[in-house]
Amino acid sequence: MTWGLVFEQLLNGLQYGVMLFLMAAGLTLVLGIMNMVNLAHGSLYMVGAYLAVALTGWTGNYFAGVALALLGTLLVGMAVEVVALRALYHRDHLDQVLATFGLILFFNELVSMIWGRGAQYASLPGWLQGHIDLFTGSRYPVYRVAILVVGLSTALILWYVVTRTRLGMLVRAGASNRTMVGALGVNIRLLYTVVFGVGAALAGLAGLMAGPIYAVQPGMGELILIQVFVVIVIGGIGSVRGALVGAIIVGVVDTLGRAFLKPVLASVISPPAAEAAGPALASMLIYLLMAVVLAMRPAGLFSSR
Amino acid sequence: MKLRLVLWGLAIALLVALPPLAIALGQTYYIDLVRRMLILSIAAISLNLILGYGGLVSFGHAAYLGVGAYSVGIMAFYGASAGWLQWPLAVGASALVAAAIGAVSIRTSGIYFIMITLAFTQMLYYLGLSLAEFGGDDGMRLKARSQFSGLVDLGDPVAFYYVALLLMLLSVVLVYRIVNSRFGMVLRAAKSNDARTRAIGFSPYFYRLAAFVLAGAMCGLAGALYANHTNYITPGLMSWQQSGDLMFMVILGGMASTAGPVLGTFALLLIEEVLKGWTEHWQVVLGPLLVLSVIFFKRGLAGMFWKPDA
Amino acid sequence: MRDSLLQVRGLTKQFGALRASDGIDFDVAEGETHAVIGPNGAGKTTFISQLAGNLRPDSGTVRFAGADITALPAPRRARLGLARSFQITSVYPDFSALHNVALAIQARSGHSFRFWRDARSDPSLLHPAKNVLHEVGLGGRSQVLAGNLAHGEQRQLEVAMALATKPRLLLLDEPMAGMGTEESQRMIALLASLKRKHTIILVEHDMDAVFRLADRISVLVYGRVIASDTPERVRANEEVRRAYLGTQA
Repeated sequence: MTWGLVFEQLLNGLQYGVMLFLMAAGLTLVLGIMNMVNLAHGSLYMVGAYLAVALTGWTGNYFAGVALALLGTLLVGMAVEVVALRALYHRDHLDQVLATFGLILFFNELVSMIWGRGAQYASLPGWLQGHIDLFTGSRYPVYRVAILVVGLSTALILWYVVTRTRLGMLVRAGASNRTMVGALGVNIRLLYTVVFGVGAALAGLAGLMAGPIYAVQPGMGELILIQVFVVIVIGGIGSVRGALVGAIIVGVVDTLGRAFLKPVLASVISPPAAEAAGPALASMLIYLLMAVVLAMRPAGLFSSR
Repeated sequence: MKLRLVLWGLAIALLVALPPLAIALGQTYYIDLVRRMLILSIAAISLNLILGYGGLVSFGHAAYLGVGAYSVGIMAFYGASAGWLQWPLAVGASALVAAAIGAVSIRTSGIYFIMITLAFTQMLYYLGLSLAEFGGDDGMRLKARSQFSGLVDLGDPVAFYYVALLLMLLSVVLVYRIVNSRFGMVLRAAKSNDARTRAIGFSPYFYRLAAFVLAGAMCGLAGALYANHTNYITPGLMSWQQSGDLMFMVILGGMASTAGPVLGTFALLLIEEVLKGWTEHWQVVLGPLLVLSVIFFKRGLAGMFWKPDA
Repeated sequence: MRDSLLQVRGLTKQFGALRASDGIDFDVAEGETHAVIGPNGAGKTTFISQLAGNLRPDSGTVRFAGADITALPAPRRARLGLARSFQITSVYPDFSALHNVALAIQARSGHSFRFWRDARSDPSLLHPAKNVLHEVGLGGRSQVLAGNLAHGEQRQLEVAMALATKPRLLLLDEPMAGMGTEESQRMIALLASLKRKHTIILVEHDMDAVFRLADRISVLVYGRVIASDTPERVRANEEVRRAYLGTQA
């Protein structure tokens, strides 16, 4: 366990955290402003990944494929909103959970029908395939650096929009008091649509970036979605800042835990015990973290309510 | 009220008559199918206690199916296949896990509660995956069915069926008594109006936690039964898809009603059976059906016949 | 100073820049009917919420029957005998009026971790409940679902539920809110009958009721008590007239 290795895993954790953030930002805004639980958010992530694979293959061009995938996800998101989610805005959370659960089943099966149940592999253009040299002496994939750059830039843009623009002000006000914003004469419908659209686009972006690293398969959305929930619980509903902080924490803790908990344990307790307990504990780490945060701050770290 | 009792009587009579009928018609598959419905009904009944009557949207109830099933499986793995030991342990372990998860989760409410219960179940799911010794991702076979010192042989499909039926009916009665007892009244009051319940002197947290533990324990029993039914135990039993299924069984049947969870379980599993017969991609049909049922069919099946209990 | 049943000292609650409660001192003697009046926004509801335990003060103390209850949550205070009715009706709409009150009776009848016996037909709960309903004038409406009761009847039910817990102190938050003249007269008659047997803190806008029922009146303006005295003296108080009563009282 060298420092170089630790740093590398730290970068991996940051990269994973950044992807969690892209998902969490959209979801927390939808939750905060529209008071809507949308489990199908993970399906949009999946759709983004699948579309990227399909469209890059079809057009033969990485940028075209990615751009079209993003657009496609946005369109799918809008369609879902109009067809299913509109009817759920005023329903209680239980109904929203159940209905969007039904959507997940639908989407997972739909992609299985089109692409089969096996994993698809997304390819990368040559210029994204290499490695760069870290100051620690080890080499790190260019693509992961690209993800970090894109993710952090998006975070920056979001931060700017939310804190420095009129739209962002409406978003923050809406997250804090939805009815009031409506009563002030703001076009709530439009605000909802914009927020939802942005969320869908972010999920699609996360999905298409995830393709080359993680397996593109039915159900991939749900795996990350649950971790996104943990991020939101830790960060606080409605807060983009909370989503970023929560995402980085969860990403780093999870990655470092998986990489180093077993060896660390092995140096404290017997290696065979660490062999068994290590992976189990590592997978439970972020949930334990969530429980601890909740014990101290039941509404999350940066709750807007 | 009389009508309800008559309908229950009819339903029970039908269920009792099913095995001999199925054997006579040469369709023994249905004994298996309905037995599965009976076992999962127990899980749905337990969820109805906290969800339908308590208003706790627990998206992680399948965790206790898993804990119960793995308790039986792990004990059998180590040679302890006495049902007298396994099943109480399954129930006890589930109760303990429910107490731990509930203690933390019930301090929150609303959307946080939903996400947290989901997260904790996922944690258990991963725990199950990582236990390589017990099959990990692939799960494990049940080494031997639970033995009950010759009293009943779970290897006999009909005998097992009647055990499941009996336990299901006991669960129905138990939950019925609980929700109409003093305890149940407080639970239901807290769901109806939390502030008012505090104002008259009840602290809802403890009642909710107790209900949560009871529900977990009952679901653990269902898990023990399920392990014996499928002879195979996988972490998938604790997946959130399974939790979602359980919630639908409660909702479809009608929340806060005695017959609801049973009706819902039978309905959902029947629909799945029919759809599976049509296409291997049955979920692409089930998904939208579920969405529509939520949007248009809020009161559930029991709600079609009579108003749900307050 | 004789020990009051309820003793509030220096109660302060701030919401950002707004001082909803500004160092309130407040006493209620046993058997007294003490009204709290003030213009809208004076902080009456904030005050009541802090007394009932729904809101934690930033500083100050609340003593009830000699014990410091400042840190106690609402359910504990209720169990100690501090009952409240809500300004915005808060009952169990899907339960009958009888079962609403029965629940309140149940709250004062030992622990409720009993899982088997049917509580819906338990005479030890239903009998006292029926009596309380009778006392507030809802005797003939016991089987009606609370959600189906008329507004005035629901306000009566609110009082009934507070009464059912056998309180030492009744905190009534605008019991006559939204009532027409006839209903108000009935409520005033009900409260008058309760005066003899209970200690009451009454928050009200209805001046007719206040001056008929109160032994003492405290006037709350911008979170401060500007007067606390007998009705006649409060009525004559210059500052109170300027701030709230006007020249009509």
